[in-house]
Amino acid sequence: MEWFDRLKADFYLNFIQEDRWRFLTSGLLNTLQITLFAVLLGIAIGVVVAIVRSTYDKTRDELRPGAGRFFLSLANGLCQVYLTVIRGTPVVVQLMIMYYIIFASSRNGVAVATLAFGVNSGAYVAEIFRAGIMSIDQGQFEAGRSLGFNYVRTMQYIIVPQAFKNVLPSLANEFIVLLKETSVAGYVTVRDLTMGGNIIRSVTYSPFLPLLAVALVYLVMVMFFTWLVGKLERRLRNSER
Amino acid sequence: MSGKVLISVKNLQKHFDGGTIHALDGVSADIRKGEVVVVIGPSGSGKSTFLRCLNLLERPTGGSVTFDGVDITDPKVNIDLHRQKMGMVFQHFNLFPHMTILENMTLAPIKLLKKGKAEAEAKARSLLERVGLADRAGAYPSQLSGGQKQRIAIVRALCMEPEVMLFDEPTSALDPEMVGEVLEVMKDLARDGMTMVVVTHEMGFAREVGSRVIFMDGGVIVEENTPAELFANPRSDRLKTFLAKVL
Repeated sequence: MEWFDRLKADFYLNFIQEDRWRFLTSGLLNTLQITLFAVLLGIAIGVVVAIVRSTYDKTRDELRPGAGRFFLSLANGLCQVYLTVIRGTPVVVQLMIMYYIIFASSRNGVAVATLAFGVNSGAYVAEIFRAGIMSIDQGQFEAGRSLGFNYVRTMQYIIVPQAFKNVLPSLANEFIVLLKETSVAGYVTVRDLTMGGNIIRSVTYSPFLPLLAVALVYLVMVMFFTWLVGKLERRLRNSER
Repeated sequence: MSGKVLISVKNLQKHFDGGTIHALDGVSADIRKGEVVVVIGPSGSGKSTFLRCLNLLERPTGGSVTFDGVDITDPKVNIDLHRQKMGMVFQHFNLFPHMTILENMTLAPIKLLKKGKAEAEAKARSLLERVGLADRAGAYPSQLSGGQKQRIAIVRALCMEPEVMLFDEPTSALDPEMVGEVLEVMKDLARDGMTMVVVTHEMGFAREVGSRVIFMDGGVIVEENTPAELFANPRSDRLKTFLAKVL
């Protein structure tokens, strides 16, 4: 049982000695915090971008030239640029640009990382949400307008609530994807879960257990949230009938 | 003809695809208060487009629609205010699936007419009573049959106390055994003196309830008469052919 004793010693060295397990728990808290707030920010950005884009798609043929059409075209153009840039560049690069250039004076890595991941996620949420809005039957829109609601109110009371319900599972999946993506936060000195494991490794010179532990924690979390999303999907399906 | 003119349509045009398709090609008609105008015609005749132009769900490319003395095709007119007074019932009901029946009916009165919740709900419940669906107030649309959905769609529009009701093939998506219950509600409404414009394939309804029948084909009004006269003595060949097929 020599290998077992070695493993025990290794475990002690990496996790117990000097309370090194705390690197993992505090890292996990940072990871969860960044992910949660980034997803909320992403949804906020995504909803606005999606509404601008689908409004433009739906009404550009009918709008008469004027200030309204000008601003809508402008907003749509800005959204296009945002989507193209964010989806066309790696998230690590965006993260470093945020931290080392845009917010060079800030040393609050967690906040900057949250912002960077939120802005990044917003682009993907926007496309999820736009598909959700476009999937709502045109008759719903006409029913709202025929009652006398204007475009914005029809969106607010009738289209967006239904679209939101339809895309809830996809939004939850975005959360899971983001959870893993935040593992690059260490690039800007944030002590997230991955960084926590890496710090232990760099102190103990024993990579096996710390990195395995990090992987295991991600896996368990992803499996847990995937299970939750599945439950959510089933409940949403049942409420349809 | 008695009653003041409620909707006056003048030379209405609707062209699609850069003018190559003429869905409406110069339609003029007056709809008077209390009238039940039934619009019939083969599919593709432009009858639905005509109806949808009345509340501008479809923007006409030419001509005018005057409602309550206001030309609502004028871009400066706030069409939303006028639509509040024109109820519309669709072929596919278009109830809001994320709301209960009561919420479907009270949303617009509360948000647009600024009615109190209690007042709006009382009105909705009395209308539900009238169409025999009082017990379904808390249900969701997906729990109702097609006929029930359409009856709800009618009373949802009535909650706004409209001056005119537009029906776009209200029974075409229904199973045959449910057509009757919807037509009953519409007849009841007509007896009450509601002004109605009805696009339909139900010739029985046109004959029994219509004060006037308009036959459309090829984007124009081909013939227009009282139902008794129109069905008994069709003048144009197109109407004769059409009636031979549907009667």
